[in-house]
Amino acid sequence: MTKISKNSTVDSTNTNSALSTTEKVSLSLKKRHRKEKRFKRIGLFSVLFGFLLVVTLIGDITSKALPAFHQHWVKLEVNYQASWLNIDESTAQSLSAKQMKTANYRNVLKKSLYQMFPEVSGRKDKRQLAKLFSSNAEFTLKDNLIAAPLLFDKQTQIWVRLDDDVDSYLKEEFPLGEAGLRISQKQAQWVAQLIASERIESRFNFSFFTASDSREPELAGIKGALMGTILTMFVTLLLSFPLGVAGALYLEEFAPKNRFTDFIEININNLAAVPSIVFGLLGLAVIINLFGLPRSAPLVGGIVLTLMTLPTIIIASRAAIKAVPPSIREAALGLGASKMQVTFSHVLPQAMPGIITGAIIGVAQALGETAPLLMIGMVAFIVDVPTSIVDSATVLPVQIFLWADSPERAFLAKTSAAILVLLSLLMVINLSATMLRSKFEKK
Amino acid sequence: MNSSLLFFVLLGLTLFSYWFGVQRSLKVAGGAEHKKELTSLPQQFGLLTAMVCGLPALITLLIFNSAEQIIVEQLLISTLPANIQSLSSVDIGLYLNNIHAMASSESATNLLQGSGISSDNYVQTQYQAAFTLQELNQQASWLKTALVLIIACVSVTVLVRKFSLTYQARQKSESIILALLVASSAVAILTTIGIIISVLFESIHFFKSVSPVEFMFGTQWSPQTAMRVDQVGGSGSFGAIPLFAGTMLITFIAMLLAVPVGLMIAIYLSQYASAKLRAFAKPMLEILAGIPTVVYGFFAALTVAPVIRNFGESLGLSVASESALAAGLVMGTMIIPFVSSLSEDAISAVPNSLKEASFGMGATKSETVLKVLLPAALPGIVGAILLAVSRAIGETMIVVMAAGMAANLTANPLDSVTTVTVQIVTLLTGDQEFDSPKTLAAFALGLMLFITTLGLNVLALKVVRKYREQYD
Repeated sequence: MTKISKNSTVDSTNTNSALSTTEKVSLSLKKRHRKEKRFKRIGLFSVLFGFLLVVTLIGDITSKALPAFHQHWVKLEVNYQASWLNIDESTAQSLSAKQMKTANYRNVLKKSLYQMFPEVSGRKDKRQLAKLFSSNAEFTLKDNLIAAPLLFDKQTQIWVRLDDDVDSYLKEEFPLGEAGLRISQKQAQWVAQLIASERIESRFNFSFFTASDSREPELAGIKGALMGTILTMFVTLLLSFPLGVAGALYLEEFAPKNRFTDFIEININNLAAVPSIVFGLLGLAVIINLFGLPRSAPLVGGIVLTLMTLPTIIIASRAAIKAVPPSIREAALGLGASKMQVTFSHVLPQAMPGIITGAIIGVAQALGETAPLLMIGMVAFIVDVPTSIVDSATVLPVQIFLWADSPERAFLAKTSAAILVLLSLLMVINLSATMLRSKFEKK
Repeated sequence: MNSSLLFFVLLGLTLFSYWFGVQRSLKVAGGAEHKKELTSLPQQFGLLTAMVCGLPALITLLIFNSAEQIIVEQLLISTLPANIQSLSSVDIGLYLNNIHAMASSESATNLLQGSGISSDNYVQTQYQAAFTLQELNQQASWLKTALVLIIACVSVTVLVRKFSLTYQARQKSESIILALLVASSAVAILTTIGIIISVLFESIHFFKSVSPVEFMFGTQWSPQTAMRVDQVGGSGSFGAIPLFAGTMLITFIAMLLAVPVGLMIAIYLSQYASAKLRAFAKPMLEILAGIPTVVYGFFAALTVAPVIRNFGESLGLSVASESALAAGLVMGTMIIPFVSSLSEDAISAVPNSLKEASFGMGATKSETVLKVLLPAALPGIVGAILLAVSRAIGETMIVVMAAGMAANLTANPLDSVTTVTVQIVTLLTGDQEFDSPKTLAAFALGLMLFITTLGLNVLALKVVRKYREQYD
């Protein structure tokens, strides 16, 4: 305050009536500092809000995904009675493989169930009882008998999957014996009986990683989509890496400054901003309809994603090539190397870490891409695991899209789990890119 | 031989010709001890031979493969009886599909027998056609194999005959490599041309049946064309205004979230945050940019939309289950890191002297930011926002999963709207004939999308370029 009063005496001549500038400033200081604080706080809140969004997103998906990683199984008393299997007693001594394959296992399952629940009568109840178990249960019985033919005509205990409705019902922990979700009162009581006799067990869901897509949520897995992703990414990397590096080398090292070069550069920059779905239209109209490549194939998906990621890779590669010191080029040129030799044996190896980082980022981008693949038909329901790049296939993001659309409750968890797998794949890829970059920067 | 086997044979042949070229050049020089007399290194001779062996043959293989199916199909059609040839193109397509299925599932002898046994004339021709197809395919395959291998061998032979002590193998191979590099960089041009051709041609087809004026200014969007003449509700009107309005609404909501938050994050991280916080916050926010859009779509449809609906209903509002608000907010979340990183670049590009001058005049940090840095960085920030808008307009998966299909013309964010990208996806997924106005409409929408995003990008670039140099 003393400082201000001293100042005010200096120019007091013209501030008799009004306040001096300095006084005005000093009076407004408090307000200004308050404003400053508020502004800073808003900034901090924005950053924290960003964090909150990340945490909410990941947390929400993780919490939804967890139920998908385990699954309820039930131990059934199964009787492989010859008459139930529809196999003639007389031929039972020399059971042929064909007989075992074509026997009536559904009947065995049903009859065994009725034996376990003798009180169940009436068609409607019986049907309700059968609905508790996965539609895959009869095949489990079949595989069991084929693996152990000695069980023929004998009673045994076999673990089968519960139906997804029961599975969801158990995971949401409804009070025992009470109806919930799509489980009726009667079904709930049977489930309670099974639990009381310690026949139900929760196991890790391996089949989520080893099975392909299925209409039955309890059987659906991501193996097919994962294979499709790997094949598609293989094609993408195989095409986009050499093309991108070659294009970048030309533009950085050889291209004369002329209109053609400018035109290429404008094109690359614009392509980087074209919406991905437009690349899907290109794939559909040109690659599938004009060139006649097969629909839904990883080959076409890979080509479309290559065109999409090429700008990213070219831009990153150019930056890496530009960062190679000119002294290296000049030294090699001075020793008599040709321009091409300089480029391929000196510039390219030096720029490689940066180029690979760029390629990894490009592939990460392609890995999460969905929209263009919908256009080229990679959205079909495909049960077989694809084995070649011209098989019909789907990829992980599209599988997520398909499952997210399914009405069954159990698919909600499956979708979230597939998202977790996709996100962890992306994390591994991005981490490797970051590590490569930091290693490169230290040099 | 099928194409992939042929490809690997060609690869082997190429590797062999590398070795062959090296050996031939040494022979020309008169043994390994005289190799210094050659103008180029033996490896360069080898490289040239390998490229001359592989490239023309590979190009032939690619061209042959892309033309093969069409030619075989034409030949097959010409052998069919006249009554089938006179069918419409769709029916011929179906007929050919049948034949393809037969030809790939049955053996040749079965097909011959089939055509002999069957008394039905129609079935008989089918069997015969399938047999012809198999034969044609076989002939094409033989022709392909022979052509590719002959081209590879002939070009190598012609080349190695020219080898001499003064043969400039290095210069020749380098000019081939340069041509390859040019070709690779031209892929970008080809892609652009491909995009323009694919959307433009199909759009022109579309505008033949629907007038551009109706498309651009019509307010009714119901692309379901009638299967029968008397069908109800199958009017098939293609007025795209509701789609544009829906896209704008969702983009606007997204920007309303992303621009202030993104900008404040950029300001805070560049002006206030400690180095430690920056090092933590930037990768953390980058996560948002790296999450696939399908994940955002899932989040919007299954988490955000129900929350908004429950909240709205508790206030007594009627909220659609697929509200524009949910899609817009989640899209905004996706765009936050995009806006913040581009704005931060723009802010840090402002010369330090401006900032220091402002501090020197006694301005507080926030005053410096608001009155000096932001105006100076404005072109960059506007450019960033324009790019973000273009990104939001072209975004597909979030709106496909979280916005509706109903083409409502509304400005109410709680209502369900549809967007251009949603309609492209709905019109093109599933099996349809390719030339109905319904599928062609998707390409017309694609054209609009391409033009809009391209225009926004060019505009953003212009804004940045025009005002950037002011302070340099």
